[in-house]
Amino acid sequence: MRRILAILLENEPGSLSRIVGLFSQRAFNIESLTVAPTEDESLSRITIATKGDDKVLEQIVKQVNKLIDVIKITDLTERSHVERELLLIKVLAMNDKSRTEVKRVTDIFRGSIIDIGKQVYTIQLTGDADKLNAFVKTLAHETEIIESVRSGCVGIARGEKALRV
Amino acid sequence: MSTPLFTGAEMVVKALSALDVKYIFGYPGGSVLDIYDAIFQQKDFEHILVRHEQAATHMADGYSRATGEVGVVLATSGPGATNCVTGIATAYMDSIPMVVLSGQVATSLIGDDAFQETDIVGCSRPIVKHSFNCRKVEDIPNVIAKAFYIAKSGRPGPVVVELPKDILIPENKAEFHIETKVKMRSYNPTKKGHPKQIRKAVQAITEAKRLVIYSGGGIILANASELLTQLVETLNAPCTNTLMGLGGLSGTHKNFIGMLGMHGSLEANKAMANADVILALGARFDDRVTNNVKKFCPNATIVHVDIDPTSISKTINAHIPVVGLVDIVLQQILDELSETKFKPNEATLNDWWQQIEQWRSVKSVSYQQDNNKIKPQRVVEAMYEITNGQAYVCSDVGQHQMFAAQYYPFAKPRQWINSGGLGTMGFGLPAAMGVKLAFPDSHVICITGDGSIQMNIQELSTCLQYNLPVVIVTLNNRSLGMVRQWQDMIYGGRHSSSYMESIPDFVKLAEAYGHVGIQIDTLDELDAKLTEAFAIKNRLVFVDICVDEKEHVYPMQIKHGAVDDMWVKKGVKA
Ligand SMILES: Cc1cc2nc3c(=O)[nH]c(=O)nc-3n(C[C@H](O)[C@H](O)[C@H](O)COP(=O)(O)OP(=O)(O)OC[C@H]3O[C@@H](n4cnc5c(N)ncnc54)[C@H](O)[C@@H]3O)c2cc1C
Ligand SMILES: Cc1ncc(C[n+]2csc(CCOP(=O)(O)OP(=O)(O)O)c2C)c(N)n1
Repeated sequence: MRRILAILLENEPGSLSRIVGLFSQRAFNIESLTVAPTEDESLSRITIATKGDDKVLEQIVKQVNKLIDVIKITDLTERSHVERELLLIKVLAMNDKSRTEVKRVTDIFRGSIIDIGKQVYTIQLTGDADKLNAFVKTLAHETEIIESVRSGCVGIARGEKALRV
Repeated sequence: MSTPLFTGAEMVVKALSALDVKYIFGYPGGSVLDIYDAIFQQKDFEHILVRHEQAATHMADGYSRATGEVGVVLATSGPGATNCVTGIATAYMDSIPMVVLSGQVATSLIGDDAFQETDIVGCSRPIVKHSFNCRKVEDIPNVIAKAFYIAKSGRPGPVVVELPKDILIPENKAEFHIETKVKMRSYNPTKKGHPKQIRKAVQAITEAKRLVIYSGGGIILANASELLTQLVETLNAPCTNTLMGLGGLSGTHKNFIGMLGMHGSLEANKAMANADVILALGARFDDRVTNNVKKFCPNATIVHVDIDPTSISKTINAHIPVVGLVDIVLQQILDELSETKFKPNEATLNDWWQQIEQWRSVKSVSYQQDNNKIKPQRVVEAMYEITNGQAYVCSDVGQHQMFAAQYYPFAKPRQWINSGGLGTMGFGLPAAMGVKLAFPDSHVICITGDGSIQMNIQELSTCLQYNLPVVIVTLNNRSLGMVRQWQDMIYGGRHSSSYMESIPDFVKLAEAYGHVGIQIDTLDELDAKLTEAFAIKNRLVFVDICVDEKEHVYPMQIKHGAVDDMWVKKGVKA
């Protein structure tokens, strides 16, 4: 089962490598990982999308928690939550027909064209992984994909529940 | 008046003194020469110069296992640091508190493949509890204080501190401040067990008809042996120890049913398999204990007390997990028992003990003197008799380790010192040296094999320098016995690279290093010569004993079987 883990940890040199190392050392899966400092610069927040059954997930959560730098970890997928990922994608837009098509698909998915080259459009789209997958698939029908980059997902719990010190 | 300023090197030394360090084990080199200079000018602790950094880590480790204190190691950058890796991993696997101070090239050179640069924090990341890249002079004291706190609290383990040269040199000074009471927002290990879980645990224990207490290294680490004994006696329950837990309950206690696991006693493994409740205390259901996890005690309710949540339900699912320090949890359990005025049900207990006595009567831990060669088991028995069971026994890894565990009943915790989790050959001698430093008036034995002893034999030189008269007992079977046993049992007797044609003359070798060497070849001279060896108090004695090379370790679990599927001797199943 796919899970999204949110981790709050000390923003220290080496703390990210401990997380990544732990996952590879114990053969845990990482589908995506995002990290950045929080509004409090001394803290970092990591979101990891991973896969595993309940037993594996229990070990992942315990093992991450055991790292000295880690302050808190929570499994967002246990509760109602919001999940977002950013996609930047560069596609071929050579003629009017393909430009119109790309624009149409982008509008339907509520993306935006953020840069235009002689023959290319660069599009930005946010959403959950399913939405991004669907968008990429649809675009691929209409034109040629030149390059794409995804941020990996970030997530936050709905309502009052919060991950903080 | 201005506050005095100190160099980083001076701060290292001052911090170690502030933390009451008595010994540090190390080896000098370019990046740490400033620290060595500062050590030279102080008297609070002694530095022990080893002959190989791996030995420094094992010595610090042995010192820690015997005393409960944090073991401290100092190594130079590059090869000095990488030589520590095996010792760090050994300590990590057995949860031993250790702080390794490693030199590093100057900050400005880090990343340039500078001379003797290795990323030791990176190299050791999977085998440490935590590590620090110290980068500022003024940070040194508190980084070291934190390293000690982390190493020793919660589930203990090794911590590496990397110190670049430029923060140690005389040109760079700062004020010295140290906070020995460490507080960290990201690290607050649990202490007490959750009251609800304690109640559940006590209910399961008191309702059990066939209870077994399975205790491990956690009891030793927590100094909880007296509380364990009290619980065992209150419940009149059978108790088995893991290899790491030996001495937690005295090996001569009537409720002790032996070690469990791969080379455990039949009664211990049978009791586990037939238990309705298993109370695991500071033990981690290692695969050398469980055998096939799918067949492991399917009918037992498992109560698991451990300070580390990752140990719980990692390999075997726990029905009643209790996270906490085992000494505190034991006290909580005892309090709950006395509040409810618990009395064991004599009738059910009797049935259970009768059953256990039946398994015991098989005498699975026994051997046959079927020829006139010296049996390795007999050597351990003789050692036990001569030392009145009071010696510190430090072991290397192999058959001799198992024979020592089986035939030397340990009366006290911390008396048995061995590498269980990593199984590091070469551990025994340096570990024994660390123990001897701590307890110079006690008998300290290094039991070893002709293979293992050669993995840190250079330390015989250190023993002479610091007058560490340990007794080395080599069960010399002219082979890598444990490997050979597996080859006999599983690989059709093909002894691929498991015996040595060129074993040195250990007696002469010991003498060359300035020690006493004693050779024992025949059974009739064993007791007298061994007694003679132990009578020599102020010199290291190396006893080389020619033992029966065909002897196998029994009993032994049958691969892929249940916990109690065992060979009790060659070709005989339980
Ligand atoms: C050749 C060879 C053969 C072996 N054969 C056997 C065998 O037959 N039987 C056997 O048992 N082992 C055997 N071993 C050893 C085995 O590999 C493991 O090292 C051992 O079983 C682990 O012991 P343990 O479960 O007590 O755990 P340890 O490694 O001692 O771990 C201690 C546990 O206690 C917890 N703990 C630590 N401090 C505290 C505290 N204060 N409070 C609460 N919990 C705490 C820790 O979190 C950990 O889970 C063998 C090893 C070798 C090299
Ligand atoms: C450093 C290291 N290398 C290899 C092994 C694998 N190993 C386990 S026991 C053993 C043989 C040990 O031989 P010896 O020390 O002579 O002891 P014996 O089994 O003969 O008593 C070996 C090679 C190990 N445990 N440690």
